[in-house]
Amino acid sequence: MSSVTYDHVVKRYTSDLTVVKDFNVEIADKEFMVLVGPSGCGKSTALRMLAGLETITEGQIRIGDRVVNHVAAKDRDIAMVFQSYALYPHMSVFDNMAFPLQMKKMSRSEIDKRVKQASGILGLDNFLKRKPKALSGGQRQRVALGRAIVRNPKVFLLDEPLSNLDAKLRGQTRVELQKLHRDLETTFIYVTHDQVEAMTMGDRIAIMNAGILQQVGAPGEIYDHPANLFVAGFIGTPTMNFVPVTMENGNAKASGFDVKLPKPVGADKGILGFRPEALTDRIQDDGSTLEIKVEVVERLGSDQFLYGTAGEDTITARVDPRMKVAPGDRARLGLDLRGIHLFDSQTEKALL
Amino acid sequence: MTAEAAARVGVSHTARFSPAWVAERLQGAVLHVAVISLTVAWMVPAAGLLISSFRHFTDINQSGWWTALAPPYNFTLENYVQVLQSSNMGQSLFNSFMITIPATLIPVTIAAFAAYAFAWMKFPGRDWIFLALVGLLAVPLQLSFIPVLKVFVSIGLVVQNWGFVGVWLAHTGYGLPFSIYLLANFFRALPSDLFESAEIDGAGTLTVFFRIVLPLSVPAIASLVIFQFLWIWNDLLVALIYVGGTKSVAPLTVTLANLTNSLGQGYNLLTAAAFISMIIPLVVFLSLQRYFVRGILAGSVKG
Amino acid sequence: MDLSLLLTDVPTLVVVIVGVPAVLGAYILGGEFLVRRLPDRARGSVRPWIWVAPALFFVTAFLVAPAIGTVFTSFQSHGGDWIGLTNYQRQLVDFPNGGAWIAIRNNLYWLVLYTLFVLFFGLLLAVLFDRVPYESVVKSLIFMPMAISAVALGVIWKFMFWYQPADAPQTGTLNAIVVNVFHQAPKTWLTDPNVNNFALIAAAIWGITGFSMVILSAALKGIPADLLEAARVDGAGEITIFRRVIFPLMMPTVVVVGTTLVIFALKAFDIVYVMTAGNFGTDVLANRMYKLLYQADNPGGASAVAIILLLAVIPVLIFNLRQFRAVEARR
Repeated sequence: MSSVTYDHVVKRYTSDLTVVKDFNVEIADKEFMVLVGPSGCGKSTALRMLAGLETITEGQIRIGDRVVNHVAAKDRDIAMVFQSYALYPHMSVFDNMAFPLQMKKMSRSEIDKRVKQASGILGLDNFLKRKPKALSGGQRQRVALGRAIVRNPKVFLLDEPLSNLDAKLRGQTRVELQKLHRDLETTFIYVTHDQVEAMTMGDRIAIMNAGILQQVGAPGEIYDHPANLFVAGFIGTPTMNFVPVTMENGNAKASGFDVKLPKPVGADKGILGFRPEALTDRIQDDGSTLEIKVEVVERLGSDQFLYGTAGEDTITARVDPRMKVAPGDRARLGLDLRGIHLFDSQTEKALL
Repeated sequence: MTAEAAARVGVSHTARFSPAWVAERLQGAVLHVAVISLTVAWMVPAAGLLISSFRHFTDINQSGWWTALAPPYNFTLENYVQVLQSSNMGQSLFNSFMITIPATLIPVTIAAFAAYAFAWMKFPGRDWIFLALVGLLAVPLQLSFIPVLKVFVSIGLVVQNWGFVGVWLAHTGYGLPFSIYLLANFFRALPSDLFESAEIDGAGTLTVFFRIVLPLSVPAIASLVIFQFLWIWNDLLVALIYVGGTKSVAPLTVTLANLTNSLGQGYNLLTAAAFISMIIPLVVFLSLQRYFVRGILAGSVKG
Repeated sequence: MDLSLLLTDVPTLVVVIVGVPAVLGAYILGGEFLVRRLPDRARGSVRPWIWVAPALFFVTAFLVAPAIGTVFTSFQSHGGDWIGLTNYQRQLVDFPNGGAWIAIRNNLYWLVLYTLFVLFFGLLLAVLFDRVPYESVVKSLIFMPMAISAVALGVIWKFMFWYQPADAPQTGTLNAIVVNVFHQAPKTWLTDPNVNNFALIAAAIWGITGFSMVILSAALKGIPADLLEAARVDGAGEITIFRRVIFPLMMPTVVVVGTTLVIFALKAFDIVYVMTAGNFGTDVLANRMYKLLYQADNPGGASAVAIILLLAVIPVLIFNLRQFRAVEARR
């Protein structure tokens, strides 16, 4: 069993610098968990505490049933892939992958077998004698993965492993990593600031901000039911529209339009949120409508984004590319009520 | 040919005879003349001595070295033969090696240990001790001679009993601040990911030092070794203080300095002796110039 | 047993070359072996000291403690009695020609002329050489004197400055030029108090210019080409570009090289020792200290001179430390 549990974990550098606050997550065996958040949110620190590269100020981290707070990094049975790959520049690809096994005093034949096996999986067979300098970015990245695979660890830790790759390679590697996760049947914990990576790769996503865990859940769940204003704004591009509203008779009233709320809420003010795709040029009878003054039109082929205002609020809409609209027009759009969110203006928590 | 290309050819054609073209060519010529004449002027002192060292004693006394550049050519090796026979150059050359090799190895090794700790370990007072080492870079060695000599004499650590051990130890002490400074700066610049990765891979302190830090620092260590080697080989002051001028132990610099002060009129030997003393450093310098320059840059460009 | 014999033959050299690293290697392996036997908590706090201990020992034994000892010696008579500032008074009597004053004056000459000319030549050569395709060749030629000892350098320049009476053929390069080109009487470069200090400083400049050239040249190449192109597009001439763009950007490096040169100038010894032995009014502090110690058997006076030298270095030292801390603060 190689589940991972963060139990009330705190990381404090000085009395007034706490980078991880009361962090609680249970990561199941064989799960692909993504820790995502803006830079400086504490996600890397959370991962490095698990790796044994940072001490744990308070709380417990368990791998399986074992508390690892005071276990040395090398004895935690984990492997880590670094953003820079951390390949030893003076060693060949083979030696880089063999290094952790040599440290375990494994026999030469066993080392040979395991490195060959990993290089086979990763397609590195022809590069074993090369130095990292003579490899492309994608190949280096695979060597870093190989060095982790050979150890046959209980948990894989990946710290922004794709951010040094170009966009095209990143897309391919995303797919390869998911395949690798299926093949290895091991727990993956993956840190990234990129919400696309988080949404596409994770079985579940944990979103962090300012050292605090915001929400944990499957990608779809987080997208459709963000727990608070931060999560709603962090996930999804273009970002969700946020409009301050006041409540009157079960209606949310914004500066330029009204929306009938699907159920009553116990607040008289709030922030209404709806994603750009909740707006449509096909107006349905049971939906609400709003009129926006279009300022910028972006046609992307498959999509058409309209940027404009409704009353005093800025609105982004994602509409059918065939809709004829030009800057300066007024466009009446339908709002799909299934896609609306309401957040408390003080606590920022979801109200619907 | 496109119109544009034709225009370009036309322009360059007329430009060839324009005043601007002439001025530019002239400027280029002036630059080359300046560079080459400065370099040649810089070479004159050494070239003069080199030529003199291959001239007969009587010629050196009667005419300047430049006259030897015109025929009849009348060069000889007799100065070199004589200086190797009559003076102490052979023994001195050996003594220089005896002093320089250990006095290079010991401080570089010890500095590598210390630099590793300064760069990658945490201990109380680390930054202050390092700052003190930077301060010591500027302290004149003269400050240390008298007390160290007193101690050496009182415990019998003198040339007569222990050979060059005393001067090795002294050079170790004197060479360490610079050596640690240079290596610690280099070690610190190694990416921290490598160390963390090695930690997860299960490498201990020794493994990290010998299998990761040292192999990655070969350029810095090479620079430092060359630097320290040349500095000790060329050193006169420390050798005078701790070794002295006795023939059997004097290194090349001391022997050459003694020749300079004693030979007076027989200075034809001095020319050859000076070049014998330069052979090793020049060989080291010319073959490893790249590392030497790198060491100078790393050591002096603080930041 | 007579160890001195053992230490001056070839087998010993081999033993030393193998033995010294073996001893040091054994030290660190043994140290780590012991550290690993310590309890977990203690390991991290003991280990660094194992690694820095040899260095701290040598630096303390050969630099820090002796420096403090020298301060004490400078207040003592030859017999070891406490005599207050007497040693210093003896060095600082009869301004401007008594005690150490000539040496102090000469060190000031060195400080100013040596530093400025080396920076000037270094900058000039770096800028000129940057524009020719055979840069690396000329740079190595200028740099070559860095590899040779100050003693050999002294010999080279002794021949440059060689003097023969006016009726004899001049074999010294400089006097040959003076006599044959300028039709003047030959000069006694090394004994004439009007020129000898400058002659020594010139020899020293010749030896060290390569050092400043190499560093300044690296700094010059570190200036982004865009910046110079932008200045050219803005209509600046080459000289304006040097004055307004290149020089200000190189200033930090010039300062670092300058402080290093100041320290070299204050510590000047070998060239003076070899060429004039400090006679004819060319003494400098380092040479005076050596003479007081060995020729006059006056350790108190020698210590006082060493402390004067230290006091002269202290401003540079403080400047260096400030620079260092400023750089550290930025990382």
